[in-house]
Amino acid sequence: MTLLNFFISGISLGSIYAIIALGYTMVYGIAKMLNFAHGDVIMVGAYVCFYAVSRYDLPPVAGVALAMFVCTLLGIIVEKLAYKPLRQAPSLAVLITAIGVSYFLQNTALLLWSSNPKVFPSVVGRGAIKLFDGQLSLSHVTVVTIVTCVVIMICLTWFTGNTRMGKAMRACSEDKGAAQLMGINVNATISMTFAIGSGLAAVAGVLLCSAYPTLMPTTGSLPGIKAFTAAVFGGIGSIPGALLGGLLLGVIEIFAKAYISSQLSDAVVFAVLIVVLLVKPAGLLGVQMPEKV
Amino acid sequence: MTMKRLINLKRVEARRIFTTYALVTAAFVILQIMSSTKILSSSMRGMLVPICAYMVMAVSLNLVVGVLGELSLGHAGFMSIGAFSGVAAAFLLQNILPFAPLRLALAMIVAAAFAALAGFLIGIPVLRLKGDYLAIVTLAFGEIIKSLLNNFYLGVDSGGLHFSMLADNTRLLAGGKLIIRGPMGISGIQKISTFPMGFALTIIALAVVFNLVNSRAGRAFMAIRDDRIAAESIGIDITRYKMMAFVTSAALAGAAGCLFAMNYSTIVANKFDFNTSILVLVFVVLGGQGNMLGSIIAAAALTILPEKLRQFADYRMLLYAVLLIAAMLGANNSTVRRFFDRFNPFSQRPEEEEGD
Repeated sequence: MTLLNFFISGISLGSIYAIIALGYTMVYGIAKMLNFAHGDVIMVGAYVCFYAVSRYDLPPVAGVALAMFVCTLLGIIVEKLAYKPLRQAPSLAVLITAIGVSYFLQNTALLLWSSNPKVFPSVVGRGAIKLFDGQLSLSHVTVVTIVTCVVIMICLTWFTGNTRMGKAMRACSEDKGAAQLMGINVNATISMTFAIGSGLAAVAGVLLCSAYPTLMPTTGSLPGIKAFTAAVFGGIGSIPGALLGGLLLGVIEIFAKAYISSQLSDAVVFAVLIVVLLVKPAGLLGVQMPEKV
Repeated sequence: MTMKRLINLKRVEARRIFTTYALVTAAFVILQIMSSTKILSSSMRGMLVPICAYMVMAVSLNLVVGVLGELSLGHAGFMSIGAFSGVAAAFLLQNILPFAPLRLALAMIVAAAFAALAGFLIGIPVLRLKGDYLAIVTLAFGEIIKSLLNNFYLGVDSGGLHFSMLADNTRLLAGGKLIIRGPMGISGIQKISTFPMGFALTIIALAVVFNLVNSRAGRAFMAIRDDRIAAESIGIDITRYKMMAFVTSAALAGAAGCLFAMNYSTIVANKFDFNTSILVLVFVVLGGQGNMLGSIIAAAALTILPEKLRQFADYRMLLYAVLLIAAMLGANNSTVRRFFDRFNPFSQRPEEEEGD
């Protein structure tokens, strides 16, 4: 039963990673950039929700919606101001700009909300469902996290497969030039991708802080890096890959914490990533592009 | 580098190398005079050694990122290995070698050797990958090194060296001393790093990198960067040259880590995290990839900048972020670029481009 308990908390943590990883993977697929500021959007989302719920007494659902709205807006603004002028620039310049944006968001948060850790009120309550005479306990947060992740995955798969915008996104990630020639507005598509990714980041931020209720301006960095790892793990650019990578990463992390060493769990996670990339250089579900000479 | 070598190089390149050495030496002489006559504030004086260490870090990373063209996000890991092995070596040599500069030099060599070994071991898997995947694996290794060093214990007693992981199981005899104490790092370091030693290391790093870049190996690096497949097709052994650049870079970073650590009384593994790697990468990109003088200037400027922004108190890092974004946007804006190119003596003559 302990094994199952660990497994479930791994899946729950992994679901959060997967939602964050989606943002990385979608942006990478379309804009071919590593958006290092994504982790800090998570933190902004969590803060917005925190203030909405605990200061202004909004119902949790409204708090989450507000956080999503703010983060979506933030994603679009950041994309317009910082990344759009660099469309033609070398990828390293974009990477450094993303890091600049990350510093900017962290330090703005520091000024606005101070560095004191806030105790995040769980938006879903602290209760738990007991199964098998209390041997298996599922906290509400865990259930909500896993369900949210599944719902988001289904919606996104439907969205990219069936809607005009979703098809445009897939076209852009395959070949931007050809997509433009077919009359797709590439800039609008990229903005849309940032908007969706950032909106999801807000959800992830709320879920993350509901499960681990300490909120600081640096809260988003480490989960951000790990989710990025998860995206690479599953094959960056692939949406099912992000889900698979996130879940595996979460499970591995929890098991490493439980059975190897809690201090070395990060090392174990990254070691697994390295092994996976050596065996499958494009990630688990990534497609290896043949090189043209 | 002899004069003959300099003459044999392309003239622009030779002038660039000469300017770099001259500027670094001039800056050293001026700062040394200023600090001995107490014109320099004490906070600035305290930053001289870290600036040198960051310069060496930037130059060594530029070899991988700018010259070889592979993105490395774990450079701080090598700095960390160098810092810990170097400080431990200096501690062991404390009673044998009373002369501090020589002890520091030996510690730096040990640090460079350990970092080079780590670079080699990490290079074997890493260099099989390319592009963003290579970058993420270097990031992963940087984090692994940090985690491992955070749980590493090393002690010395009459029976020799003892080490253990996770918890202190070194079981030292009486009179023994625990040098590395896991997450507590190393404390009670003798601060033997000096500005002249930092300057010497910077010059050595520059000499190593310039000589390497302007050799057969360096041309191979650039060929790999510009077109990997074409380079391979004319018989360049890609793995070998990549490894050469990677190990050299790691060794220099290790020496820099040792210099950096011996400037403080306490050092912990968490100091050398992902943010430090990124900081060094920012120096390289802002200074210009492949441009060593640019790396040096960017490293110095961006280390002093937060200090100079101190008057803005809480807004300091915010301003730093805004300046960083503005610099990247400006550097990639054609109007701004053309404006600055007019003042750059090394840029390609614009007339030639127009004449085409």
